[in-house]
Amino acid sequence: MPDLDKLNEAVIEGDWKTAAAATHAAIAAGLEPLAIVTGCLVPAMDEVGRRFECEEYFVPEMLLSARAMKASMDILRPLLAAAGAQPVGRVAIGTVKGDLHDIGKNLVGAMLEGGGFEVIDLGADVSPERFVEAVVKGNANLVALSALLTVTMPAMKTIIEAFRSAGLREKVKIMVGGAPVTQQYADAIGADGYGDSAGAAVALARKLVAA
Amino acid sequence: MSRLGEWLADGLLITDGAWGTELQARGLDPGVAPDTWNLTHPERVEAVARAYVEAGSQVILTNTFRANAVAMQGDLEAINRAGVAISKRAAGARALVFASIGPTGKMLMAGEIGEEQVKAAFAAQAAALSAAGADALLVETMSDIEEARLAVAAAKSTGLPVIVSFAFDSGKNKDRTMMGATPEAVAAAMLEAGADAVGANCGVGVEYAAPVCRRLRAACGLPIWIKPNAGLPKIEGAAVSYGTSAEFFASHYAALREAGTAFLGGCCGTTPEFIRALVSAQRAAL
Repeated sequence: MPDLDKLNEAVIEGDWKTAAAATHAAIAAGLEPLAIVTGCLVPAMDEVGRRFECEEYFVPEMLLSARAMKASMDILRPLLAAAGAQPVGRVAIGTVKGDLHDIGKNLVGAMLEGGGFEVIDLGADVSPERFVEAVVKGNANLVALSALLTVTMPAMKTIIEAFRSAGLREKVKIMVGGAPVTQQYADAIGADGYGDSAGAAVALARKLVAA
Repeated sequence: MSRLGEWLADGLLITDGAWGTELQARGLDPGVAPDTWNLTHPERVEAVARAYVEAGSQVILTNTFRANAVAMQGDLEAINRAGVAISKRAAGARALVFASIGPTGKMLMAGEIGEEQVKAAFAAQAAALSAAGADALLVETMSDIEEARLAVAAAKSTGLPVIVSFAFDSGKNKDRTMMGATPEAVAAAMLEAGADAVGANCGVGVEYAAPVCRRLRAACGLPIWIKPNAGLPKIEGAAVSYGTSAEFFASHYAALREAGTAFLGGCCGTTPEFIRALVSAQRAAL
């Protein structure tokens, strides 16, 4: 399937224009949108994640790939919805209150989108109330929290407590990540999971929604 | 001789340690931008600055890391001016005041923000810090060479000496910035941008600082600024602490001096106790 090879390569190389064109071509050739996602975009982003893990790629390359994948998803999403395809899960993602760093959060959001999740991006400096509201209104079953600073990391605990007091803690899975965050910290604050990279976040999210 | 050269004529200068954690110890809520305290709690910010001067810091920074128009909102001119005034009050004639300029938190290459907006934000901050009487400007915790270039250009237009420091926290050897830049690439680009000194701050811990210091120095020959984290954050329950002791931190003094650092202090997790330990190590080495 030449079109999919081209799309795969465009995502890995971070070329969003070619990715968009190849997506249109694949659809015109009669390929199922879902098959394009699972057969091409997901493996392409897995490869990007692999290159990141072995330091062939750094954040800039990963961002370009995420953008190429997003260009493809923007074309596919309405078709997927029209065909009644359900997203793997709905994720409300944001950087915690007091923290304005959204680079890591954006990467994880893009990777989750590539992994078939519907992503509700709440932005940076997000209050516990807004996370709770997003889950209620957006019907999210997964919450992803990001913090880059040790001084803002404690807000993750506050957010988990806010879900508990809202009576929603059992309704959602909560995953955490960011430079200072560790598995040990995730366990200590009662999060459901921790990912040490954007690639790991996708695998974790899949595991959490399947549980 | 340049101003920086005069300051360094007697050898390595000890700088300060972390401010955020010190402010939290004085009641700063983790959800509040520390910079806003320059206007709301100036006496507590001054207490932190004073603690570093008393510990022996010869250079102290200002509580203005986030006070650029991309990273935060509010009366930034007043926050920046107050930040310098507070540090100058604490420093008196005992320490120099280098004003802190942190990153915007947005990525130029991802198109999240335009070059003009970044330039304008840094220019306004640099002008306010300079007008308030800072001795030098410190562009710190950078990861993107392009953003740092814009910040250095803005800082240089004030006529003050400009130091630029990157966070090397990525890659197996923790010798790349988040954007993948090596010490060599950073040093070459910052030399070309006209920085008076380059350096490394934050990152992962003091044990990784000497090789980065040596490589920066070899690649540009400028004075080197080093301010590592205490170490990796250690978590007990939901509380965060840093694994490295002041003694362990200061035990790297000789290696860092030998690697060519001109300014030495600490970043996240370091306290006045760390600075006292560095000052003792410096005295012992004389």
